[in-house]
Amino acid sequence: MSSVPTAVPAPHDIAPASESSGVLATLHEWVVTVDHKRLGVMYVVTGLVFLVIGGLEATLMRLQLTLPGLTFVPAETFNRLFTLHGTTMVFLVGIPIIFGFGNYLVPLMIGARDLAFPRLNAFGFWVLLFGGVLLYFSFIGGDGLYGAGSAPAVGWFAYAPLSERAFTPGNATDYWNLSILITGFGTVATAINLIATIATMRAPGMTLGRMPIYVWTMLTVSAMTLLILPPLSAAQIMLLLDRFLGAHYFDTQAGGSAIIWQHFFWFFGHPEVYVLMVPGFGFVSEIIPVFSRKVIFGYASLVAATVAIGAVSFSTWAHHMFTVGMGGTLNSFFAASTMLVAVPTGVKIFNWLGTLYGGKLRFRTPLLFCCAFLFQFLCAGLTGIMLAVAPFDWQLTDSYFVVAHFHFVLVGALLFTIFAALYYWFPKVTGRMLSERLGRWHFWLFVIGFNVTFLTMHIPGFLGMPRRIYTYPADRGWDLLNLVTTAGVPLQAVAVLIFAFNLVYSLRHGEVAGDNPWEAWTLEWATSSPPPAYNFATLPGVTSRRPLWDVQHPDDPDGPHE
Amino acid sequence: MNSTAARGRAGVIGFIVAETSLFAVFVVAYLFYIGKSATGPYPREVLDLPLVGTVCLLSSSITVARATRALAAGRIARTGAWLLVTVVLGLAFLASTAQEWRGLIVGRGLTIGTNLFGSTFYPLVGLHASHVIVGLVMLSLCAAFAWSGALKTVHADRVELVSWYWHFVDGVWIVVFTVVYVVGR
Repeated sequence: MSSVPTAVPAPHDIAPASESSGVLATLHEWVVTVDHKRLGVMYVVTGLVFLVIGGLEATLMRLQLTLPGLTFVPAETFNRLFTLHGTTMVFLVGIPIIFGFGNYLVPLMIGARDLAFPRLNAFGFWVLLFGGVLLYFSFIGGDGLYGAGSAPAVGWFAYAPLSERAFTPGNATDYWNLSILITGFGTVATAINLIATIATMRAPGMTLGRMPIYVWTMLTVSAMTLLILPPLSAAQIMLLLDRFLGAHYFDTQAGGSAIIWQHFFWFFGHPEVYVLMVPGFGFVSEIIPVFSRKVIFGYASLVAATVAIGAVSFSTWAHHMFTVGMGGTLNSFFAASTMLVAVPTGVKIFNWLGTLYGGKLRFRTPLLFCCAFLFQFLCAGLTGIMLAVAPFDWQLTDSYFVVAHFHFVLVGALLFTIFAALYYWFPKVTGRMLSERLGRWHFWLFVIGFNVTFLTMHIPGFLGMPRRIYTYPADRGWDLLNLVTTAGVPLQAVAVLIFAFNLVYSLRHGEVAGDNPWEAWTLEWATSSPPPAYNFATLPGVTSRRPLWDVQHPDDPDGPHE
Repeated sequence: MNSTAARGRAGVIGFIVAETSLFAVFVVAYLFYIGKSATGPYPREVLDLPLVGTVCLLSSSITVARATRALAAGRIARTGAWLLVTVVLGLAFLASTAQEWRGLIVGRGLTIGTNLFGSTFYPLVGLHASHVIVGLVMLSLCAAFAWSGALKTVHADRVELVSWYWHFVDGVWIVVFTVVYVVGR
């Protein structure tokens, strides 16, 4: 060891990028990256691309249902469309966007350099991306025994024994199975990564009680992911064993059960909805205080409600199965536990309202989306409680009322919070603001289009229109309602086009954002926009939940008030 | 503070939690289908308690713990020796499983497609055995590094994580043994 002090060399990824430039060099940089910010961006972009694909599938279905008796989409194709639409939206849109934001934001919010296992992180992303590619490869590879080219047509839930080889020959179902299996591995890897990061890499002073609510939501859903995704993988392995090795897990002729797949699937499938939705609550809990110029109202109760939703979600799955004949005891249990979810969720609504109350509201696009979220999420929650009442569910199960309910959750609530988050954090990621003017067009067109489509959709459900039908006769009284439902689609499509244009245009020509354009208080705004590869040159000391407030107001720090 | 070690521990705990919920579903499926096979052979007729294999596997938890303790104390040769003993015990367990499966498949004609018992038995025991194999690969690598001199005391944290995985595999076997050979017989 030399005693002569030498300059500490910068880690090679801090040093300026190599001299080579051009498309190939850029592509190479992105493909080999293990940086959580780049992987986060790639996750979110992947999710947005699949959002467009899944949206087109939905559009085709809505066109087919516009008028009674149309033959625009044949029955078999319609089944493939709703299967791919559901699978895509949950596994290839919801999961990558949620975990992509987690990837990008969690290390920045807790003042860390990267995730705990950067290479595992890259593995998780690429496995998910190619899992998605595998699903869509079934278009050309799924023909198997009959026909030329097909996609899975078993629904996103792939109920066995209907998905057994006897009833679903060909390879399309196997593409579904393998694709979701391997995206699951990637998601579990990322969940482990986030938990390890939050548990061990928080900045000095960043105690659990000072973590941003969003980080709490990601911790909660990552823990849930570890408990719910492997059971889905296990059930999928069983289905593979049945289909390829002749096992009898779901073979009723050999004594197997026709409903145990439903239990396994919904033990994953229901908590999965919360895995997607709870980080949306996290977005709202970060955005509303900043645009109300207040601290979040009831931090501790909000965190407790988040964890409580995670815990209760494990005992609600069989409310998807009220009509399979579980008996009164189980029906009552699952009805009650499902209604229990409304309690912590209601607590959260009051947290957000309490934050808005008396605030100096700044109605920028992120807050607009959050406000629409509050109304639409309340509707989604109320129809959820209606469906939790088992006898009510017997009447309306598998009807368009259910479709309207969960689209209010996944579009009206989740997608709206994702839009809010994209407008809010785009300046941090790119260094430029999204256009406020285009943002308002996007917001109003989407909120009107969404409600025209999905508010209307409740009514044909009440009138007895079943879901998953590819057409319907003219004499049922559903005609006008279906026409109106489809009429909302172009409004939403135009809104998404405006948003896509806004993203691309603002990337180059948006107003320069600066480090902290919203005057926010969490740590990600303490570094430059976009952040350097090493995230923080120096970290402000963390002595409260709003470290940047403390920096700006040394005379009135938050700490004593918490 | 060794933050790398803390990260590794958190990661392995997360991994073990995920693995636990994977195994749980196979265990639930096995329990659910006990006694529901439409045809024989039934577990009572064909399964014997795999006592030798079980004793080997469970005692390997002790030997791997001795190995990590020896490594923390800086005694590399001893570490390698205990790791070798662990690998041999694990191999003995696998051999007993192989012998059992050979008897079932060749002697009794029970395959995964024979009945519900076969359909649930082979995946559950096989999933566990595949975890034993993965553990043996990692333990063998550690043993090889011990002899090549690459393994140092600074690696004690990492070898400890391998031992956590191995303890987990042992713990799973206690559950599988109870469910398959005690409850299910």
